[in-house]
Amino acid sequence: MNWSAIAAIYRFEMARFFRTLAQSFFSPVLSTSLYFVVFGTAIGSRIQEVEGVSYGAFIVPGLIMLSVVMLAISNASFGIYFPKFLGTIYELLSAPVNFIEIVIGYVGAAATKALFVGFVILITASFFVDLQIEHPVAMVAFLVLTCLSFSLLGFIIGIWASNFEQMSLVPQLVVTPLIFLGGTFYSISMLPPVWQTITLFNPVVYLISGFRWSFYGLADVPIGYSLLAIVVFTGACLGFIWWIFKTGWRIRS
Amino acid sequence: MTTILSIKNLRKSYADGFEALKGVSLDIEQGEILALLGPNGAGKTTLISTVCGITTPTSGTVTVGGHDIQAEFRAARRLIGLVPQEIALEPFEKVWNTVRLSRGLFGHRRNDALIEEILRKLSLWDKRKNAIKELSGGMKRRVLIAKALAHEPRVLFLDEPTAGVDVELRKDMWEIVAELKQAGVTIILTTHYIEEAEAIADRVGVIDKGELLLVQDKDTLMAQMGKKQIEVMLTEPIATIPDTLAAHNLALNGNGDALVYTYDTNADRTGITTLLNDVAQAGLVLRDVQTRQSSLEEIFVNLVSGEPA
Repeated sequence: MNWSAIAAIYRFEMARFFRTLAQSFFSPVLSTSLYFVVFGTAIGSRIQEVEGVSYGAFIVPGLIMLSVVMLAISNASFGIYFPKFLGTIYELLSAPVNFIEIVIGYVGAAATKALFVGFVILITASFFVDLQIEHPVAMVAFLVLTCLSFSLLGFIIGIWASNFEQMSLVPQLVVTPLIFLGGTFYSISMLPPVWQTITLFNPVVYLISGFRWSFYGLADVPIGYSLLAIVVFTGACLGFIWWIFKTGWRIRS
Repeated sequence: MTTILSIKNLRKSYADGFEALKGVSLDIEQGEILALLGPNGAGKTTLISTVCGITTPTSGTVTVGGHDIQAEFRAARRLIGLVPQEIALEPFEKVWNTVRLSRGLFGHRRNDALIEEILRKLSLWDKRKNAIKELSGGMKRRVLIAKALAHEPRVLFLDEPTAGVDVELRKDMWEIVAELKQAGVTIILTTHYIEEAEAIADRVGVIDKGELLLVQDKDTLMAQMGKKQIEVMLTEPIATIPDTLAAHNLALNGNGDALVYTYDTNADRTGITTLLNDVAQAGLVLRDVQTRQSSLEEIFVNLVSGEPA
């Protein structure tokens, strides 16, 4: 393993994050506060409780997932797309590094940034609602796994994209609808039976359900399924990235 | 001499059928400077990119320091440094950080003293805290060189390093190349500037349409393929060349005051003595005589166009 290379990529990517630290910090704080004002107060006043949890507290895990997933994707996709766009990828391709080291460096940095924002949102939320975390270890594990798996997806998007429009295509047209329809702001049990069945085909449901379970012990789907879903998703992304570097798809002519 | 880079029958073709490299074979000795000359699209950058791992070869083998670039890519790439043709740098990153990244990527431990030495040598020390976007084009090219040197390569590829840079940087570059050669670094340079190859290369390779037309010692190449001309300047201009000098195939310059005689430097008899005698016999008075050897540029143009030099 070329640990120096992993550290170098990670440090370089984190430097980009630290250059805009204030923006990285205040942006999630502001957006979370707005969600609480709009959803927590306006809608929450009409929905008192969801399965014994106040509506404001109920949406916290979903809100964290929403931001973390989007950030993980954008951080990782920009991280690898930028060298492609600028031409600096020549150095990465000519360096004595393999795909595992490149992925650890880029995805590790993207996941770290997303994780940071996840905790910022969690702390911000604690100022608005009374939070309880029944399974803190599972909560951290779910958060870390989500950051990693969606950073892997972002990495794939960054390699696939050949322009900036394509970079936002998947997050906006696929991921955002899946998150909003994945039980971020409601429990699946609140839906009509047909929609409950359809919703189960949305992989994000398993993530949010598992994450919410770690907070309140409430889950739309069994926790085992949630874990399996995230592990399968991570494995699929890793397999696809392995194939990318094996074939040189979109990176090596 | 030890062969540091060995390229055997290297081919690169693309999906559309275009063959960028058509079986290139080349051995490069440790510590030498090889200049690769060729017109645009000749395959120079493809050759470099393939050796460096940026492009995957279709067939053929390349070893660097005895290590195959595919089977032992780590060991091979550790020895290679590349200064690309295009300026490719992250604009918002600081000079120091971007050079340090290169060292780390190639698996070297942090060495601030070495990076300082490189930056000072390249006149970048004062700019180390500047973002790349604040630098001039010439400075950015120096950063690219610093990045390549930061991981102490034994083989350095310079892909048109002085394209579009000022005279000062070009001279600095030549000095750096000379210093690296002193330190035993092997340098492969592609260039459009023939005088650059003429000034610093030990050997010259000419590549065109994906084929290596020749690789030869620079001086030998010039001696073998170069024409030499002797210019006989006259005190009084003449309108036509006298018939008695017709056998010498002379040319008259525009002013009519100089006769130009072209001869083969390798011939047993150059014919100069006879020419000078015949000129005197023809009643022409010499003002001066000077010789001129064809440059690498002329040799290169003739090779690529397929005409004899």
